Amino acid sequence: MNNQIEKRIELKAPVSRVWRALTDYREFGEWFRVKLDGPFVPGQVARGQVTYPGYEHIKWEAVVQKMEPERLFSFTWHPYSIDPKIDYSKETPTLVEFRLEKTTSGTLLLLTESGFDKIPSDRRLEAFRMNDGGWTEQMKNIDNHVSQTP
Amino acid sequence: MAASRQARALVFAALGDETRLSLVARLCGRPPHSISKLSHGSRLTRQAITKHLRVLESVGIVHSVRRGRESLFKFDPQPIEGIKEYLDFVSEQWDQALFRLKSFVED
Repeated sequence: MNNQIEKRIELKAPVSRVWRALTDYREFGEWFRVKLDGPFVPGQVARGQVTYPGYEHIKWEAVVQKMEPERLFSFTWHPYSIDPKIDYSKETPTLVEFRLEKTTSGTLLLLTESGFDKIPSDRRLEAFRMNDGGWTEQMKNIDNHVSQTP
Repeated sequence: MAASRQARALVFAALGDETRLSLVARLCGRPPHSISKLSHGSRLTRQAITKHLRVLESVGIVHSVRRGRESLFKFDPQPIEGIKEYLDFVSEQWDQALFRLKSFVED
């Protein structure tokens, strides 16, 4: 089973622009909603404070893995670790990869997040609506299957 | 059903296998199946299927019930529901983040 989240999005901006938005720590922080302490450096921990309304008390941390200019940016982290009562550092982190491809209209951004099989699933979080992505697609299949045969 | 923390941690891994996923698909929403029924039409041996069922059982996705001399296996959606909630949450966060990125680079 494909246990990863996959997203693809067309951006009407040149690859160089998207690359900067992803890898410049200030720009990343703007859209990701985190105030980072300093630049992203492969092999090093990036730290900051979440700026997402309602979650400003949460610290943000990731380990930068790869920075291949205008091609690949990746980091490992503990995804949306928003419960201060849980020690996420004991869990194996997931790997987030942003891949960029030039298109006629701008940039195709492919996002994957993998490694969820190592994460304890007893994090109780609010339910959210169904989305695309490998794993969720599989889950949807099972879900459909269940609802079709009551 | 109150699966242990460790059992829940393994739900992803338990489902990360095509054979087990197909067993889940055959069991969910249906009456309990015996191993012979599950191995019918399969290339796998009864032992192999039993092994896979035990993995699913260890994480609470299936439960076995005795009927006479046979063990019947039934599906329990709860562990998968828990994971689905979590992945939906992460997936939704990414949708929102990528939407903000889009506005950010296209403006």
